[in-house]
Amino acid sequence: MSRTRVICNFEREEDLVGAAEAARDRGVEIEDAYAPYAVHGLAAAMGLAHSRLPRVTLVLGLLGAASFLAFQYWASVISWPTNVGGRPWNSLPAFVPVTFEVMVLFAGVGTVIAFLVVTGHYPGRRPRSSVPGVTDDRFALVLITDGDRINLAAVEALMSPFVPASISEEAPDTSAGGGPS
Amino acid sequence: MAEVGQALELPLIAGNKRPGDVTNDVMGVIERRPSLLWWGGLLLSVVALLIGLVAVTYQVATGIGTWGLNGTVGWAFDITNFVFWIGIGHAGTLISAILFLLRQKWRTSVNRSAEAMTLFAVVCAGIFPLIHLGRPWLAFWMMPYPNGRGPLWVNFQSPLIWDFFAISTYFTISALFWYVGLIPDLATMRDRAKTPLKRKVLGWLSLGWDGSFRTWHRYETVYLLLAGLATPLVISVHTIVSMDFATSILPGWHTTIFPPYFVAGAIFSGMAMVLTLMLIARKTMRLEDYITPRHIDVMCKLVVVTSGLVGLAYATELFSAFYSGNAHEQFAFINRATGPLAWGYGIMVACNVLIPQLLWSSRVRGRLLAVFVISIAVNVGMWFERFIIIVTSLERSFLPSSWSSYTPTLIELATLLGSFGLFFTLFLLFCRFVPAIAMAEVKGVLHPHPRPPAEADGTSSVLAEVKV
Repeated sequence: MSRTRVICNFEREEDLVGAAEAARDRGVEIEDAYAPYAVHGLAAAMGLAHSRLPRVTLVLGLLGAASFLAFQYWASVISWPTNVGGRPWNSLPAFVPVTFEVMVLFAGVGTVIAFLVVTGHYPGRRPRSSVPGVTDDRFALVLITDGDRINLAAVEALMSPFVPASISEEAPDTSAGGGPS
Repeated sequence: MAEVGQALELPLIAGNKRPGDVTNDVMGVIERRPSLLWWGGLLLSVVALLIGLVAVTYQVATGIGTWGLNGTVGWAFDITNFVFWIGIGHAGTLISAILFLLRQKWRTSVNRSAEAMTLFAVVCAGIFPLIHLGRPWLAFWMMPYPNGRGPLWVNFQSPLIWDFFAISTYFTISALFWYVGLIPDLATMRDRAKTPLKRKVLGWLSLGWDGSFRTWHRYETVYLLLAGLATPLVISVHTIVSMDFATSILPGWHTTIFPPYFVAGAIFSGMAMVLTLMLIARKTMRLEDYITPRHIDVMCKLVVVTSGLVGLAYATELFSAFYSGNAHEQFAFINRATGPLAWGYGIMVACNVLIPQLLWSSRVRGRLLAVFVISIAVNVGMWFERFIIIVTSLERSFLPSSWSSYTPTLIELATLLGSFGLFFTLFLLFCRFVPAIAMAEVKGVLHPHPRPPAEADGTSSVLAEVKV
């Protein structure tokens, strides 16, 4: 019952998408796919859920806007009110541009940081895939066998319509796993 | 069905390329030795940059009395150059964010260099308000930090403070957008690097990117979110720049049309600068298959549209001035068109409204040399637009006794030259060290290639077997 990773290499994106669909139809667990670009339709083929990152953007944007609006009010009305051209201390319309800019800044920077944290990217991280060429022109699908019904031979048969350039099997990678999407 | 539709579409990239060809072509540009043309360009740019550095050093050491400003015309070259460069920066975000949201696939060939152009233009723009401070080392006073002066906070009612926030946010988000877009290509560079040092540096910069699709899937979401954030941001930036003028009471500045007028002008001038740079880049870096006449054609159409918007703004401004019945407002516009700077107004109208109309003709759009000349004319015209708006309004304001005129000094001209030097030095270095075409994005818009027929024959029987 040993689980192994089977790495299938492809030369065309259509084959990768087809292979991912076939694997999912047969109930083979897909660990990940590797591609030099965001292949259209692969997310649906792999059955990936929508990312929850937009919520991070929303929350951080609101937080940035609310906190900086509050800060402008505090600085202009409470901490040191200054009379500039007879305008009211709480000139709410005049606070809008800076509030907007800080909202965009928080949301944008926060989204990218959240993305790097969720996907585990940082300077000095070692690339996880051992598949050569996936940053150039190759595509790969990493499937998990259960050592029982889904074994290497079954995967090979399943993949053959998509003409994989190579199929190799290796020991399970303990560091693997998608994490929350 | 999808494949049938794609077959009918014209390819975006010429030469029937496969993903591997894209890597080789784009990386080839930075892997081979730079051409003599590149060295010549860099030499010229660095010389211009050094002249500017000397001028800036002199004026910081002596004071901004070295400029041609006076009590009446207190803003001229510095703010003209600031608005000019910020405007140029807008096309990068237009191409990378707005056209992304509008699903314009042709943007993939130009977005990387347009975004780089944005960053460099914003750097050039930032220099001018900084040196206008006179004491640039005190620029941090613009930040609302707890200080020993009270604390005395910045005045959040001032458009100049809005501008500070807008420009710094714009630079940060543009840099982030550019870097996020660059990560997959940095990984491609890392995997091609021949020396261990290069591999190490690029390994750090690419953050361990390995092409995992689970990452790609979220990456697409992040890219969409950043595009969604950058779109209103870019509109807000030039809106706020225009408010530096529009919130004053000076005739010629005090109008509600300024925000849309400035945004349209910014995109117009930015598109012209993208055209100028792309036409140079495709020739000097042999990227003709990636930046095709079709790309140039679409950008020309954007120039025609924005030229129309700018022309409409000029006409509306004139109409409103006369319709208002306000004598000061009417005088400001009569003075703008017929006063001492009438020659500049003529250049502005000719270059921004009349000359771009030639681009309605597909024959003109197909002649790249003509397009290049028109794009230069627009750059000149848009510089004059800012100069005319700023100087004509200031030199003839309410009190005839305070009327004055303005002539730039050599120091100011040298500073402008220096900003061009900085811009082109940065751009040429970018072309050498960073893939000028977003490889990972271009690979996604290539046409699908069929499998070689011999293998395809073998598969059909296997396919039948599996289905049974």
